[in-house]
Amino acid sequence: MTTLTESHLDPASAIYDFTLPAGEPWMCEIKRGQTFRIVDLEGNQAADTLYYNAHDPADRYSAQDTIREQGALYLTTGTKLISTRGNVLLTITADTCGRHDTLGGACACESNMVRYAIDKRSMHACRDSFMRAIQENQPTWDKRDITHNINFFMNVPVTPEGGLTFADGVSASGRYVEMRAEMDVLALISNCPQLNNPCNAYNPTPVRLLIWD
Amino acid sequence: MSALDPSLIRFEEVVPAGANWSHVLKRGTTLRITDTEGGANVSALFYNFELLCERLNLPDSLKCQHIARLTKGACLYSDMGRILVSITEDTCGWHDPLTGCSNAKIVTAKHGELSYQTARNAWHRDAHSGFLRELGKYGMGERDLAMNVNFFQKVTTDDAGRLVYHAGNSQAGAFVDLRAEMNTLVVLNTCIHPLDTALTYSPKPVHLTVWTSPPPGPEDFCRNSRPENERGFILTERYFQ
Repeated sequence: MTTLTESHLDPASAIYDFTLPAGEPWMCEIKRGQTFRIVDLEGNQAADTLYYNAHDPADRYSAQDTIREQGALYLTTGTKLISTRGNVLLTITADTCGRHDTLGGACACESNMVRYAIDKRSMHACRDSFMRAIQENQPTWDKRDITHNINFFMNVPVTPEGGLTFADGVSASGRYVEMRAEMDVLALISNCPQLNNPCNAYNPTPVRLLIWD
Repeated sequence: MSALDPSLIRFEEVVPAGANWSHVLKRGTTLRITDTEGGANVSALFYNFELLCERLNLPDSLKCQHIARLTKGACLYSDMGRILVSITEDTCGWHDPLTGCSNAKIVTAKHGELSYQTARNAWHRDAHSGFLRELGKYGMGERDLAMNVNFFQKVTTDDAGRLVYHAGNSQAGAFVDLRAEMNTLVVLNTCIHPLDTALTYSPKPVHLTVWTSPPPGPEDFCRNSRPENERGFILTERYFQ
């Protein structure tokens, strides 16, 4: 059912190579034509990712437009990541995981209180990472710019009856997803710190980020 | 349950086909949307009127209730873990939270352009533009768009995640009750669903009734539909303490 697509790109020739620890945000511009790879170093780690048109960030990743335009829920090789204005931000060109979620959103202190227990409020969450990242990198942005993200390496199947399940991960150590920027984009990642969900074995781990010209 | 006590009704209004509408739905009231002709689509967004950057978060709503469809018992959460509206009654059975709203490109590709100059208020309108027109009236804009609900519409998925659109999901007279748990800005329009398969441009009108509804007590269906919703109601009630 799932087709895995490998990449021929050599990490030794990447112009950028950075390992992002769990619980940390990352923001970087990726130029049109560059290729961006996220590597799940230890397996089943969620890389919560948002993209923006670098020249006009009001035009940003749209989960619903991406799902509808490809006629399918899960992201994999061939998926065009579509913006709110209907532009193609990036295209997924390689994927050794097989499916990625864009329905489950990011964890937040407030949603953790609903999902798990009210006393979970103080635990670190993706939304807190996103808030600090934009305060440090984009002083004119605010919470309205944090929209619904991609969860690379997460498996969130929807049943034909309309149920949503959090299944065991399909990722593993060393699996990666790669995408080509179709315009200059800003990437914003929170490497998820979630400790309440078995999907990452309660063990958030680093991801490796590479860019090729 | 379908007929409302007339003394509870605050006002009623018809939203014609293809039009946009908004209202600050007060805590303690419920908005009933009735699909008068069958086949309606209502694309909708929700915000906390007191803090407009607090808005509907569909991923949070779906994952905390383990659902990818909306019907009676479901709560629509904001990004702050609070409930903006809960679905207290539903005779349709399936409302679409997955596939977003129509835009000018979709409507033009399906049905061609038809300007206001030519067609007056029967001109071809799309939901994305409708949202922006209505949001602008509150000082809001493109950055305030979020994932929207399409009431009265059904899209399922197969095991591979492929979308299946179900035309004719809603019958004439079907209605859904949205109870405001906060003072909730409701922004909606009656433009066509983005996967609409009709051969001609044929959006449908809806009838709206805003009525005084009792507060959700300990036995409330939405509150008790999941333990997560019990916590969601606690957090929403704390906001008003």
